[in-house]
Amino acid sequence: MSDDLISRVTGVIAKTQKIPPETVTIDKSFEELKIDSLDGINILFALEGEFDLDIPDDAARSIRTVREMVEGIEKLLAAKSAETQK
Amino acid sequence: MTRRVAVTGIGAISGFGQTFPELWAGLAAGKNAIRPLTLVAPGAVRFPNAAEVPDYDPSQHFEEKEALLLDRFAQFAAVAAREAVRASGIEFSPELGERTAIALGCSGGGKSTEDDGFHHLYALKEPRVSPLTIARAMSNAGASRVSFEYGITGPVFTLSTACSSANHAIGQAFRMVRSGEVEVAIAGGSEAPLSLGFLKAWEAMRVVSPDTCRPFSRDRRGLILGEGAAVLVLEPVERAQARGATILGEIAGFGMSSDAHHITQPSAVGAARAIRAALADAELSPEAIGYVNAHGTGTLANDATETEAIKNVFGEHARKLLVSSTKSMHGHALGAAGALEAAATLGALQAGLIPPTANFTTPDPSCDLDVVPNTPRQAQIEWAISNSFAFGGLNAVLIFRKST
Repeated sequence: MSDDLISRVTGVIAKTQKIPPETVTIDKSFEELKIDSLDGINILFALEGEFDLDIPDDAARSIRTVREMVEGIEKLLAAKSAETQK
Repeated sequence: MTRRVAVTGIGAISGFGQTFPELWAGLAAGKNAIRPLTLVAPGAVRFPNAAEVPDYDPSQHFEEKEALLLDRFAQFAAVAAREAVRASGIEFSPELGERTAIALGCSGGGKSTEDDGFHHLYALKEPRVSPLTIARAMSNAGASRVSFEYGITGPVFTLSTACSSANHAIGQAFRMVRSGEVEVAIAGGSEAPLSLGFLKAWEAMRVVSPDTCRPFSRDRRGLILGEGAAVLVLEPVERAQARGATILGEIAGFGMSSDAHHITQPSAVGAARAIRAALADAELSPEAIGYVNAHGTGTLANDATETEAIKNVFGEHARKLLVSSTKSMHGHALGAAGALEAAATLGALQAGLIPPTANFTTPDPSCDLDVVPNTPRQAQIEWAISNSFAFGGLNAVLIFRKST
């Protein structure tokens, strides 16, 4: 998990939630950040744009923390780069 | 003045075909109208399936010039209304037209008309859109069209409360007939939401299932969108009897509530209040109800919340209720949903046959009611409720009675 990836993901979350970037840290839960289900899909939409990814519904459903979100994006980016190298 | 309100005509256009008998035959057999989307290119949206009206050809129902003025959703409204009025046997004189109401639900209006028009503007960079865009896309176009066909000059309106639209509309029509404000009402809902722009918006909501609709099943993955319309003709029982009409059932109560809580998350408290309000309106005890046509969208949130609301209102009796989601078969037709489900509920009471919750695989402990999984069930039931709970927290519940 690179610092760059973390800061891009937390930056998207902060921008979408209209909250100061420094409040979105890797160990925060969505509940602590007052991210509800509708906020969650809005964040997924913004992350898809930021990383040029398709985030499947099933992969997104269980995510409850910033860390899980960063890990999920990392996994999808790795899958995407493996796909393009084929 | 309080009068009993009879249903003397039902019309429906749905994924099962272009008549009510086709809808009922499909539901009564536990069949599925969920098929691959054909109205948009394959792969254009993440979910491949919907409940489209099969083989719909406007020229079978409208002159070419008329069809130009009517978006698909308004055409559906007119098609279903014609079937319902024909079945009722009512001939509208100018005097009766003035004492008749039309109340139709519609959530989105002419979505494909807007999509097409704005495609010319944004994608094709044309400087103009068709001058018919407004007249086709406005949500009341269906109700207005029906008023022209029968000369209905009384109260005519469209109600838009997302997925509760048709229940709100039928409920208002029911009350106007019951109170004597009008003599006859044409009520229901229509929707044609399967345009690319609107489908992409649903895709982004992440509530549409990638395969099929499995309400109350543990592995449910969301709703399946549907389209169509259903329309009921309502009149006082005494009037129907006096003219020798066939009574297909009665509407006996209507209750509404608002969650005042969240724009998309459902609330069991709000839903339960609407069910209680309907029971109070019908002057019924919860134990009188035998069947619940559930809102049952197949989303994780709705089905568990609806179960909680039903248990909250019905207590011990909840275990005896038959609860099914016909959305598992005709899809979620948004502003038409309550109308299709009213038709389904009336069909069920009349036939003594409860349509199942189709595509059911695995029980979910948070949906522990008798959801009539997969197989239709014979049951002679007198009273049923039909739930609609909309985004925005707006709830509307109708009570139906078997014709006696």
